[in-house]
Amino acid sequence: MIVTRIWWPVSDGLSAAERVLTKLRHDQTALALTVGAPVVMVLVFGYVFGSAIAVPGRENYRAFLVPGLFVMTAANITPSMVGMARDAYRGVVDRFRSLPISRVAVPFGQAAATAVYGAVSLVLMALCGVAVGWRINNGAGDALAAVGLLVAFQVAMTWVGMYLGLVLGREETAAQASILLFPVTGLSNVFVPTSGMPAWLRTIADWNPVSAAAAATRQLFGNPTTPANGAWPLEHPVIAALGWTALLLVVFVPLCTARYARGRAG
Amino acid sequence: MQAIEAHGLTKSFGAIRALDNFDLTVPEGTICALLGPNGAGKTTAIRILATLTRPDAGTASVAGHDISRQAALVRGCIGLAGQHAAVDDDLTGLENLAILGLMHHLGRRGAWRRADELLAEHGLADAADRLVRTWSGGMRRRLDLVASLVVRPAVLFLDEPTTGVDPRSRAAIWSSVRALAATGTTVLLTTQYLDEADRLADDVVIIEAGRTVASGSPEELKDTIGTRVVVAVEDAADLSAAASVASRWAIRPPAIETEQLLLTVRIATGSVTLPELVRYLEAAGVRAQDVSFRRPTLDEVFLDRTGDSARNEAEKEAVA
Repeated sequence: MIVTRIWWPVSDGLSAAERVLTKLRHDQTALALTVGAPVVMVLVFGYVFGSAIAVPGRENYRAFLVPGLFVMTAANITPSMVGMARDAYRGVVDRFRSLPISRVAVPFGQAAATAVYGAVSLVLMALCGVAVGWRINNGAGDALAAVGLLVAFQVAMTWVGMYLGLVLGREETAAQASILLFPVTGLSNVFVPTSGMPAWLRTIADWNPVSAAAAATRQLFGNPTTPANGAWPLEHPVIAALGWTALLLVVFVPLCTARYARGRAG
Repeated sequence: MQAIEAHGLTKSFGAIRALDNFDLTVPEGTICALLGPNGAGKTTAIRILATLTRPDAGTASVAGHDISRQAALVRGCIGLAGQHAAVDDDLTGLENLAILGLMHHLGRRGAWRRADELLAEHGLADAADRLVRTWSGGMRRRLDLVASLVVRPAVLFLDEPTTGVDPRSRAAIWSSVRALAATGTTVLLTTQYLDEADRLADDVVIIEAGRTVASGSPEELKDTIGTRVVVAVEDAADLSAAASVASRWAIRPPAIETEQLLLTVRIATGSVTLPELVRYLEAAGVRAQDVSFRRPTLDEVFLDRTGDSARNEAEKEAVA
């Protein structure tokens, strides 16, 4: 009995994860967008930008771009933000909060579900990447570390998204806010090295968690990297990416769970 | 035993006092309706009792458990259906209920069996395997109600269960609520519809500006404002004589409309019959053209009571 009870929060979290994944399975459009959009990005950005941009000293822009797009996908908080805002507005959050379950189980389950479909879209993107000339040039250990890092980064960003969704509290507002996401992720080394940016902008871009994650992914997969400009996060990208991930989790998991448990103000 | 007992619940949101020293007692197995205009504090009361919001002051127990200190125990015995249909459009009806069953720890097989059972019981079995997105608004609200019954709750909170619902679904929701109460579930519902309170509730609590302004069974409440008697006369001169006859049973001062030749008075319900009144009027020499008795509706009680409270408020402000 006691063992069963200890298991409960985990099983509640799994039920919450199952809810998200089942919804996605029924919603073919959302599924296509979630999984398919990254594929489209690889193709479009790869050839649109790839035809005009040359990475200094490197031949293949697409080998540089693909790991950046992995990170951009992992940093996409739109589904978790909009989904949580919808749940908050429509009373789904309240219903779960009125159940005799651990109030943190649901956000944990949703974060787990995001990790699952994030991993699936990562695999698809990787296949697409291979088709356009991206390769894994280091050993399997490094490659696995890169995948682990990407999934961890995505989970951390999901918590950011869920928290913002709770704060915004309306699906429409969250959808509008998500438009800001592209500039935030784009202000990084995902598409181009930061070296050409004005100094002030470069500093922001170099310290953007997205840049550290992209640099770490490139390093671990053995892809073309960008000049570090003497910025600490880019000189130690793996440590920096792990640090950012840990920091985001440490800040947003408590913020989000507290907000979830406390409920809306009104 | 009381299923719900609340004392002095107070809650403010910024400068707005949503609940002001609110008391409530709901006996086990009864249906209680919280009636009030928009912003009266109905939803806040429900949210506090369902442990979704903490009160600033006051205490309450639900199914014998304190809402602050034993919130987890309270959540184990309640069901909640809010103002929106809190169901997932991208799941089937069955999946919606099964996920909740899993969260109630019914086990995988138990959760699906319970989901089947509930949909059949509440007449939604035909749509069970369709995505809720394709359901009508009324059906979604019914599913939302059913979703609060996955584990039979001791106390069920329904926040405006039929607002914006078509008449057919409304009737279905009413019959579900009645059936639940008949088997011992206590129901606290909020509504803006007076006929809903009248037809469904054992007790009605009228609340305005976060305070109770009247409570009792629908009949008791109607009795408090009495039966409305209208006497039409031929000659304005008869009005005062008619008023003095009627005032024997009046519970409010009679109102005279000289232009229309009408006397309106509220009398204690059952204190005099219509034929008796007609005879008394005749004996007093009043030539009555028409005499009518009308039992009050809950609407009149509501307007009367909430009007009073608004007036008192205005007077208080004038004094201050």
